[in-house]
Amino acid sequence: MIRLRGIRKVFNAGKPNEFTAVDSVSLVVEAKKVTVLKGPSGSGKTTLLSIMGCMARPTAGRIELEGKEITSLPERFLTDIRRDNFGFIFQSLNLITGVTALENVMLPAYPVGEKHSLLRQRALDLLGLFNLTQKALSKVEWLSGGEAQRVAIARALINDPSVIIADEPTAHLDTKLSIEFMENMESLRNKGKTIIIASHDPIVFDSEIVERTVELRDGKVIGK
Amino acid sequence: MGPWIEKQRNILDFTLASLLRRKGKNAALLLVYTFIVFVLASVMFFTHSIKKEAGLVLQGSPDIIVQRTVAGRHDLIPASYLGPLTKIRGVASGRIRLWGYYFDPITGANYTLLVPEDFSAGAGAAIVGSGISKSRLASEGDVIVLRAHNGESLVLTIKGVLSEKSELISADLVLISEPDFRKLFGISKGHGTDIVLTVRNKKELSTIALKITEALPDARPIIRDEILRTYESVFNWRGGIITVLLAGAVFAFIIFAWDKATGLSAEERKEIGILKAVGWETSDVLLMKFWEGAALSLSAFLTGTALAYLHVFFASSPLFGPALKGWSVLYPEFRLTPFIDPVQIATLFFLTVVPYTTATIVPSWRAATVDPDSVMR
Repeated sequence: MIRLRGIRKVFNAGKPNEFTAVDSVSLVVEAKKVTVLKGPSGSGKTTLLSIMGCMARPTAGRIELEGKEITSLPERFLTDIRRDNFGFIFQSLNLITGVTALENVMLPAYPVGEKHSLLRQRALDLLGLFNLTQKALSKVEWLSGGEAQRVAIARALINDPSVIIADEPTAHLDTKLSIEFMENMESLRNKGKTIIIASHDPIVFDSEIVERTVELRDGKVIGK
Repeated sequence: MGPWIEKQRNILDFTLASLLRRKGKNAALLLVYTFIVFVLASVMFFTHSIKKEAGLVLQGSPDIIVQRTVAGRHDLIPASYLGPLTKIRGVASGRIRLWGYYFDPITGANYTLLVPEDFSAGAGAAIVGSGISKSRLASEGDVIVLRAHNGESLVLTIKGVLSEKSELISADLVLISEPDFRKLFGISKGHGTDIVLTVRNKKELSTIALKITEALPDARPIIRDEILRTYESVFNWRGGIITVLLAGAVFAFIIFAWDKATGLSAEERKEIGILKAVGWETSDVLLMKFWEGAALSLSAFLTGTALAYLHVFFASSPLFGPALKGWSVLYPEFRLTPFIDPVQIATLFFLTVVPYTTATIVPSWRAATVDPDSVMR
């Protein structure tokens, strides 16, 4: 469970271009459920996701993860928490080009120091789960959009996180692939993962698997 | 210990895969880098070995050599000078030497001819250095013919070939008897090339040298240490000249390497952001950049040094040997005995590997400290 209390995020504080991306957001994201943050561009969805995923610190407010306060932890600990608890799927996928799909999947686990052969096997198993065994040694830029999306999901799962965070995951996908993505999220939810998705795509927020929708506008929650 | 090593291994693995992505650029960098190390190491190996050889040779040379000068030039010394010289207090013994140079038009090389103190082979015989043996294809039992000062031919039978520890001096050496030497160059009985003196107390060398100039005003004493110093400065100077000529290339490389190492492309910056977002710490990113710099510069260093070793000690420095050796060495084949100074290798290492690796890490530090959420925006 993730609990946010009075979260506020201000960019360029004190400068003429000061901008409040998130303002006074208090929210509880329940474990093992699919939650969608819905809202137009600039509503603060991505910023809120970054804060929930320990990628950015709020300007004010508190965050609790599984009942533990994590707002004031130093960067090193936040990195550890992020690596152990969260798997990220980015809007533009953010796969590293020039290296293989397999290596992209293994990347988040490199600093952990797991035995290379075991890690490789785990990554291959994950790729197998998404029918990508044949593509394991292909460079990511040779993959189709759907394949690349699945590689990104496999990468998010390599450290076996309890929470999957996806930012506009269907932005570059056609309808068929978007539906396929939601099916993948459903199967992950069924395996006990918490899913948080930021999206303004109806295929996502109208999906049957979504258990809760949080609507944002101008950095504020306008509907839960 | 296990996870630590696995972590290093995993990150190194990714670094190497990463380097291969920019094959062209990294290969070009590696090539230029290797070349620079190769040239610097070659100059270093060469000058060090040649100075070391010279030092070895001079260890056995006399304490003081006395030459006679006429009009400021080295001239033959009268045998009568030996008496007054050996009478100087502190001089243990003295001997007149006969030696000179002979230009051989057949091989186009200068030979050094010397009459040893006790030449047992007798008149009509010669013992030659390995260089001459090779270039004239003459071995023991063969005959070589030298042209005397008056145009007559002097026929000598080779009684042996010198195989010295140091080839630098012995390669072009011909040892012959006194009568043959005088006949070849037309030097009368009463003259020699120079006089060598042995001194009891080495601390008195400069005092004795002073006394020699007082007793024989036209004599010039040369102390062993002076020769050693001259050798040192000559080869240091030659090494320096080469280094100066190369300075341009070295600077071009530094600019190139600096640009490559310090300027992170937008793509690299984005990659660092991704790595941080997926759970890499700042220190992990720096570790990766460290391996990247180390892998590249260490490969260049090892390859360059190994190539330089082969170039200098096996191939006789064909690239810039002539400049380093100077005019005096005309042997068709001349091979240095490998002498390597660990301090010099360490210096080269610290001047090449360390700066490059550091230059790679510094800009990454700046990039690696950005917030991981930059990739979300």
